[in-house]
Amino acid sequence: MNGMQFLAGHFNYIVVIILMMTGLYIVISTGNMVKKLTGLGVFQTSVFQLYITMGKVTGGRPPIVAHAPEGAEHAAANGGEHGASTADTAVRMVHDMADVPVNGVIYSNPIPHVLILTGIVVGVATLAVGLALIVRIRETYDSIEEEDVEEAEYKARKAANA
Amino acid sequence: MTMAMALGMIMPILTWAGTHAPPLVVVTPLLAGPIAVFLHKGRLAWAWALAISILTFVFVLLLMPQVIQNGHIAYYMGTWVPPLGIEYRIDSLNLLILLLVSAMGVLSLVFGLPLVENEIEESKRGQFFAAFLLCLAGLLGVTITGDAFNVFVFLEISSIATYVLVSMGAERDRRAYVAAFNYLVMGTIGATFFVIGVGLLYMASGTLNMADIAMHIHGHSDNRVVRAAFAFIVIGLGLKMAMFPLHTWLPSAYARAPSMVGVFLASTATKVAFYAMVRFIFSVFTPGSPFEGAVFDLVLAPMAVAAMIICSVQALYQINIRRLLAYSSIAQLGYMLLGLSMGSIAGVAAGLLHLFNHALMKGALFMGVGKASLRQGVTNVQDLRGLGKTMPLTAASFTVAGLSLIGVPLTAGFVSKYYLVVAALERGWWWAVAALIVSSVLAIFYIGKMLETMYLHEPPKITKSKKTAPQAPAKTSLLALGPLMLMAAANIYFFFDASLPKGLADAAAKALLGGGAS
Amino acid sequence: MNADFITPLDAFTIIDLILMLMLLIVGLAIVRLNDIFAIVMLAGVYSLVSALWFVSLDAVDVAFTEAAVGAGISTVLMLGAMLLSSRTALPAKPVRKWASFFIVLATGAALMYAVTDMPSFGDPLSAPNAYVGLEYLKRSLPDTEIPNVVSSVLASYRGYDTLGETSVILTAGLGVMLILGMGGKINGQLKKKAIDYDNADAQAHHTVLRVVSKMMIPLIVLYGFYVQFHGDFGPGGGFQAGVIIASAVILYALIFGVDAAKAAVPPLVVRIGAALGVLIYGGTGIAGLILGSNYLDYNVLDPHSAPHGQELGIMSIEIGVLITVCSVMLVIFYGFTSRQPDITDKDW
Repeated sequence: MNGMQFLAGHFNYIVVIILMMTGLYIVISTGNMVKKLTGLGVFQTSVFQLYITMGKVTGGRPPIVAHAPEGAEHAAANGGEHGASTADTAVRMVHDMADVPVNGVIYSNPIPHVLILTGIVVGVATLAVGLALIVRIRETYDSIEEEDVEEAEYKARKAANA
Repeated sequence: MTMAMALGMIMPILTWAGTHAPPLVVVTPLLAGPIAVFLHKGRLAWAWALAISILTFVFVLLLMPQVIQNGHIAYYMGTWVPPLGIEYRIDSLNLLILLLVSAMGVLSLVFGLPLVENEIEESKRGQFFAAFLLCLAGLLGVTITGDAFNVFVFLEISSIATYVLVSMGAERDRRAYVAAFNYLVMGTIGATFFVIGVGLLYMASGTLNMADIAMHIHGHSDNRVVRAAFAFIVIGLGLKMAMFPLHTWLPSAYARAPSMVGVFLASTATKVAFYAMVRFIFSVFTPGSPFEGAVFDLVLAPMAVAAMIICSVQALYQINIRRLLAYSSIAQLGYMLLGLSMGSIAGVAAGLLHLFNHALMKGALFMGVGKASLRQGVTNVQDLRGLGKTMPLTAASFTVAGLSLIGVPLTAGFVSKYYLVVAALERGWWWAVAALIVSSVLAIFYIGKMLETMYLHEPPKITKSKKTAPQAPAKTSLLALGPLMLMAAANIYFFFDASLPKGLADAAAKALLGGGAS
Repeated sequence: MNADFITPLDAFTIIDLILMLMLLIVGLAIVRLNDIFAIVMLAGVYSLVSALWFVSLDAVDVAFTEAAVGAGISTVLMLGAMLLSSRTALPAKPVRKWASFFIVLATGAALMYAVTDMPSFGDPLSAPNAYVGLEYLKRSLPDTEIPNVVSSVLASYRGYDTLGETSVILTAGLGVMLILGMGGKINGQLKKKAIDYDNADAQAHHTVLRVVSKMMIPLIVLYGFYVQFHGDFGPGGGFQAGVIIASAVILYALIFGVDAAKAAVPPLVVRIGAALGVLIYGGTGIAGLILGSNYLDYNVLDPHSAPHGQELGIMSIEIGVLITVCSVMLVIFYGFTSRQPDITDKDW
């Protein structure tokens, strides 16, 4: 595999890594809490891109499987018949190109999609709780900058000691 | 005759419950949580949460004979055989943690009633206990699962519940909001690192079942994707467990949280993250590979030693008792990490035993502070003045737990420190033994400072300052004393008979290091 | 790793490249900006471009969710929080900038180190694509009779993850309730005022907007249900549908006022819904236990046909997901609106 081919096959990963790091940079460099959460969002979305990128199959379709054409139902290598769920459970580990098409069509990998659906939902859940905390912090300190909050606490402590 | 009939009725139910205990352990608190939201009459929500946590503990106990008999249990969710479906897998290692977490759930609830009534607005108590149950379910879910991505999902249930629980301390201390926010940001960065790590593992293996991943990456420890996955999982879980130097969120979070939450978190949350790290390092990645060995010797062991000494020194300078105890916790995590980084059966077993014992001592210490705060509004070390006279039983329990933290003979803390020293000597790590001694001496100072204030100073005249909590009714206050004394007694009991935790820790360490990909 | 595979350079690659370039520009713009409004909007744009890219990468379900949740709900929440606080961020101090830069550089280097051992983009026989993923594609139809493999994996094979995910959403709703409250019950007087939206106060809002939205809202809800029940055959499912239906209520609240929305969908109903959805999901799992099988086994739900049992189980848990997601989105929305002064026209 020469350099150009390598770059074509791995360019996506490199860009996604830069995007992830952009998000992480936003989170840790800013003291503004809303911007911090925005950065967290960018960071997480870029991780989702890493997952989805790895599940893409060239020439593939979205993983919504069409019913097999008439008579071809048994052609699938190890599709199994009804009731296959418990008895025929051996998952084949080694595949070759002939195994890839399902009912004659190539599909992209569904697993990263499933995981990332979960990831998106967890992300928005965290965001909601984080924003709720920000609203409360603003009510308490009248600012959403870390610096201001620290200063307010420092003053409060000095006043308490005096 | 009737006995036999009753037995005949009960036995099938017990067998059934035993077979399905793995999901029931997690699902019981998970589904009971939402119901607790609607129980806001009096102590109904508390009673519900307590009943559920006892039931959960019973399910964990039902797992015990099966694990001891068979070595491990596997349970397939939806009967999908892994790697198609999600597997629950229980062996001695997670059984130990499950016992710890579920027992601490019960004890914190019994202990916490007067404190919650003191600190949490009445209209919010139903939701508060709901969040507590969800947190418990999340921690148990992380511990019991055999699926790498499932760890993330349940880690986030417990984490989000924890952020919320910590922020509930704002009624006592307004800084709780900031503490919770910082915890949320750090925790989410940690979770995202963990997700990157799991993604890389999936990239290398094509599967998410831990045992299956282990099988696929076995012998590929030179694969760069696997190595990066290792780094990201260690850092991600390191953030969640407050591994030095990623610990900055912890002292504030523990100090500002409501007292009951502090007790529960101090004895469970970081432990579960530590467990997850042990699980990944030894059961998923290949232990004994040169890369892992280098990470142990050059990264984890030095970090552990740094935590043991630096954070103990930081504890010395704390005025707030809870912050002091929190810094001490980070130092104690260093002990566990040190055991882990030895990479030997003796070291890992000692680290796990110390995890168990540390939960006992820190649980008792946080309970002691909480109990004292009920009467004297204690937050700072100087508020402890004369506690030996005003609350002799609380002071005595606190003292026992403090001595156990130092590692004085006749306490559980001595046992695990002893095994740590033995394991370090076995590897010839003299510097680690020296660090253990230095750190213990520092512990004598910071615990001693508190004990001195308790016993050698006159109690303050109780004035009703605005910060002082109103005195709780005697009955519920007595309720809090029970778990505190029980925990203190456990600190002594496990000196004389450490066979349960030691047996499980030994078996776990052997299984982790002996069998390779098991 | 499959060394023989070479990623082709075709039209798709060019689309991908353009989208990646846009993402990079948006990401760097967020880094540089200090205007919070611009940052929040750009974060929405980032999600939307990501969603486009996900379509190009065949992840239609993910794209749908990212657009609805990442670009939609998240942006609304961010804007809500932003209106309550200052509009500009303080620029970071140079020391902090450099420290952050080095941390990020080290983290990025660790990932770049791994790139050489990553499988080529689009390789059908790479480790992640050829193993369990391919197996799901082959067995989804025979096992569950559901063509959308993402739905069947989400709801059945990895259904336990999804139970956890629904609980995460519930936990977040509970958290917002605890931290912000729900704004309490609306009293009789308020309720009367809320329903009487033809008064002068409400007239101040744009008439066109009101009329159009009155026509739109039923359609949005209808579309939500389509997404819910068509999720087995096309992209969609409980999460997306829940967000869409919740957004219809939020749109109603934005135009006719939160009180009117609370009169139509009372906070108590929403709270019950949030809990009920998780209980339906968990209860479906318990049904498997009662029928003598493992937790979340849907095969036993229909004693005559395992795949049909699967279909039943998946439908049941998707309804649970819908109820919880929709309710929690409204819990969060009510929580935030209870804290803020009403958004006036001037703010837009």
